[in-house]
Amino acid sequence: MNFGSLALGLGFLLILIGFWGLLTQKNLIKIVIGFSVVDTGVHIIMVGIGYLQGRTAPILDAALMQRTAAAGNQAGASADVGSLIVDPVPQALVLTAIVIGLGITALLLAYVVRLHEQRQSLDISSYEDLKW
Amino acid sequence: MINSILFVVLALLALSSAITAVLAKNLVTSILAAGFVSLLASVIYLLLSAPDVAMTEAAIGSGLSTIIFFYVLNKVRRSGRHD
Repeated sequence: MNFGSLALGLGFLLILIGFWGLLTQKNLIKIVIGFSVVDTGVHIIMVGIGYLQGRTAPILDAALMQRTAAAGNQAGASADVGSLIVDPVPQALVLTAIVIGLGITALLLAYVVRLHEQRQSLDISSYEDLKW
Repeated sequence: MINSILFVVLALLALSSAITAVLAKNLVTSILAAGFVSLLASVIYLLLSAPDVAMTEAAIGSGLSTIIFFYVLNKVRRSGRHD
């Protein structure tokens, strides 16, 4: 079983569930929760794309150097560390995206607080100013 | 093999608690379920050999954003009571 494709499936289903909540819920806070579920799904997909079966975390410590030396002895030549680790670029991207996701969630919740101050309601149906 | 079973169980738990987060009538249940989705996602990152992402997700995605949600819920309820 490949974790990468499993992670892609899980992330896609989480995005679908999140969009479903985003589009069907009436409560403003529930809409923000739907957005945060979509966010988590996108992150899982990005990490799943970078995953390669049978490889270890991209942290260059003593254990990884030992594994590299062992692989080199087995092949009869010097092995490359890059052949033993998963892709670190999507992980670095997701690390940034998690923090940006927190910022976006906080911004959406600030809008919710402002809207609630004006109308005293969390129901999306009571905000019809831009509806035609 | 154990890892595969663990991954599938975590994925099913994450999907069911995401559906709970979307469908629950009670806002507190919904927020806690969304935080639980993030917590399960952080264990899934660990299985995908991304320990740094797992730490960040557990601290920020699961901890801090749940705190922000509860802060806003408290603020909204309190202002509703006064007016």
